[in-house]
Amino acid sequence: MKYVGKKLLTMFLTLFAVTLFVFLSFHVISGDPATSMLGTEATPIKVEALREELGLNDPVLLQYARWAGSFVTGDMGTSYSYRMPVSDMVADKIPVTLTLTVIAFFLMVAISIPLGIYTAKHAGGVVDRAIYMINQVIMAIPPFFSGILITLLFGRILKIFTPGGYVSYQKDFVGFVGYLFFPALAIALPKAAMAVKLLRSSVIGESKLDYVRTAYSRGNQTKAVLYKHVLKNALIPVVTFLGMALADMIAGSIIIEQVFSIPGIGRILLTSISNRDYPVVMAIIVCIALLVLVVNMLVDVVYGLIDPRISVE
Amino acid sequence: MKRNGLKKLLLVFVLSALAVALGGCSGDKKEENSSQITIGIPQDLEDSLDPHKAVAAGTKEVLFNLFEGLVKPASDGSFIPAVASKYEESEGGKVYVFTLRDGVKFHDGSTVTAEDVKFSLDKCADASAGEPLVAAYSNIESIEVTDASTIVVTLKEANTEFIAYMTTAIIPASNSKADTNPIGTGPYKFVSRSPQENFIVTKFDEYWGDPANIADVTFKVCANADSIVMDLEGGSIDMFARVTSTQAAELSDEFEVLEGTMNLVQALYLNNLEKPFDDVRVRQALCYAIDPNEIMLMVSDGMGTEIGSSMFPAFSKYFVKELNDTYNQDIDKAKQLLADAGYPNGFSFTITVPSNYQQHIDTAQVLVQEFKNIGVDAKIQLIEWDSWLSDVYQNRKFQSTVVGVDASSLTAASLLERFTSTSSKNFINFNSTEYDAAFASAIASTDDAEKTSYYKDCQRILSEEAANVYIQDLPEFVALNKKYTGYEFYPLYVQDIAKLKLAE
Repeated sequence: MKYVGKKLLTMFLTLFAVTLFVFLSFHVISGDPATSMLGTEATPIKVEALREELGLNDPVLLQYARWAGSFVTGDMGTSYSYRMPVSDMVADKIPVTLTLTVIAFFLMVAISIPLGIYTAKHAGGVVDRAIYMINQVIMAIPPFFSGILITLLFGRILKIFTPGGYVSYQKDFVGFVGYLFFPALAIALPKAAMAVKLLRSSVIGESKLDYVRTAYSRGNQTKAVLYKHVLKNALIPVVTFLGMALADMIAGSIIIEQVFSIPGIGRILLTSISNRDYPVVMAIIVCIALLVLVVNMLVDVVYGLIDPRISVE
Repeated sequence: MKRNGLKKLLLVFVLSALAVALGGCSGDKKEENSSQITIGIPQDLEDSLDPHKAVAAGTKEVLFNLFEGLVKPASDGSFIPAVASKYEESEGGKVYVFTLRDGVKFHDGSTVTAEDVKFSLDKCADASAGEPLVAAYSNIESIEVTDASTIVVTLKEANTEFIAYMTTAIIPASNSKADTNPIGTGPYKFVSRSPQENFIVTKFDEYWGDPANIADVTFKVCANADSIVMDLEGGSIDMFARVTSTQAAELSDEFEVLEGTMNLVQALYLNNLEKPFDDVRVRQALCYAIDPNEIMLMVSDGMGTEIGSSMFPAFSKYFVKELNDTYNQDIDKAKQLLADAGYPNGFSFTITVPSNYQQHIDTAQVLVQEFKNIGVDAKIQLIEWDSWLSDVYQNRKFQSTVVGVDASSLTAASLLERFTSTSSKNFINFNSTEYDAAFASAIASTDDAEKTSYYKDCQRILSEEAANVYIQDLPEFVALNKKYTGYEFYPLYVQDIAKLKLAE
């Protein structure tokens, strides 16, 4: 219980720091929501009237307090540019980004664990070496670039999917998930490559330890030793990595959304930043920060499940 | 057991991944629905949907299909009666009498009343926040409803061009959510919007005029400029209004590329208060240094229309073609002018360009090369559109900038008023008493020929004073799938979807 309380407190402080930092940074960069909203129709009088209406003439900290106050009570405010409730916008788009991240995560696990075990078992073989080399290459390619390559290969040459053919999840869920497959692959590949490498060396490292020799000496088969004993221990560092990768993928989807024209949280975030639409930016930042914090907490819990020796205290 | 569990888990992962992949193969091909079109737009309608508050050109061009004023612009630049069935101008342009058309319906089914018209015009003329929403409405003396179908607009000072401002959208007084739920009288009505995704409208069956041909229209946000050709070829969009000449060349013969003009005054706008541009000789030297045709050749394969002042050719009545020749490229003369102004060795300055407009960036790059010929060292600084709006346009903290300025209404005044010394939109700080006088005379004049000649004088002054380095009206390429036809260009920044129809 004490642990949970402590965690929640640090989570709260982190969110406070993140939001304050974002809020203040908006006041450093040039550009202002009022001129942005009025565009070329802006006149000094109109800008002033709008600034007053939006409360932008108040001291920054007061503005922050006002924002934080209504946010805590569940009111995310109204978008400056869209004039619609921010909560509606976020609720509409979060499922897109989350689905993309979840698919990417599944792909990463589905690719990396079998390959990691296989290469460890056949370390030094031809396949292992080939995979090692491919791994190095994939790790070096950032997701946005692999996204472009995937679009070119599967979209333009093989014509398996229609680039830009995104369909809304409310309209056609299967088509929606289908469209997200390739973007998710672009996010998953570099992370999967790292996970393969990590699992391979972790399994090999564990195999050299005394308990493995003991297990063999009891007459166990290679397979049984591997899956029953070695893998359990070898997975611990990999789980840490997967957790970190998941948090990273949430951020990664923001970039991939641009490449594949997916209208998720990332697109809204970027356009809202350039429109100086603070309420939307703040709400999305809080959501992303919260997601990352929750994922980190889950990783801690999963540790305990895999290895009871690791206590969450 | 353990081992089996792990294997099963892996199996589930692999299978679900496969299922997803297969789903990806099936859900692709869109059904061919005869009466629908998907139109790509470069940016979302990040704006209020209230036609009176919407400011972005991209929002207005879409809302054009949803709203109408008492009159509305036609593709030839004239005004045709819309919500009003006819109008009369009297007392030399001081009084305008509008007769309401019978039985015009709003999208919510209610009938347009004279009170709705008064509400809409009053809303735009309301100056309680300091300035009316439509600047020209500060000239309105009164808006009166004389009977159920007559509205009389009386001006403080006669203005024969005022009908151009009566395109203000008529909206129902009862709509309390105008910002997010647009209700108008146009041929299309609003269905839904999803931020950064799409904006959907459908044909309005009770429209008073020629009904739209295509039933369902989706405006799809295609923010990634690099994938527009792919989006068109892949079939996810059927039309894109502003492709570049490079993109146009990449398109297959499934598409027709229509060529028009953007109706913008593209120029290197110079801050006339900033040194060294406070000296007319320096400004003229820059004009002599450049060749608009060379720029067009480099930027858009020679397409585009040369201009010599703040007017584009679509305003054929006002456009003065001779001004294109005020400054023909003459390097020696430019150098001489610079020497006279006290810069025999040239100078250096910064060209601020909004980073979201590739055509302006390309133009600026050619300019930099051309200025090198006269010993002037220009540097390009790219900034975000929002920083441009606040730093350059609002606070006027810049030396020079390449942008395109459009006309907010179909009047010469909409392009020329901003250069009067007191205009709040005079971001280049141009100051000429001669110009102010000519412009005032143009506005005051009630004789059409006289008015036109004053507007031409204004352009001449801008050209002679070298207020800006005028370049071109940019070419516009509309890519339209050959399944559709009927696209019409307007001298305004609008997309008239109701005119589109299916090809036979």
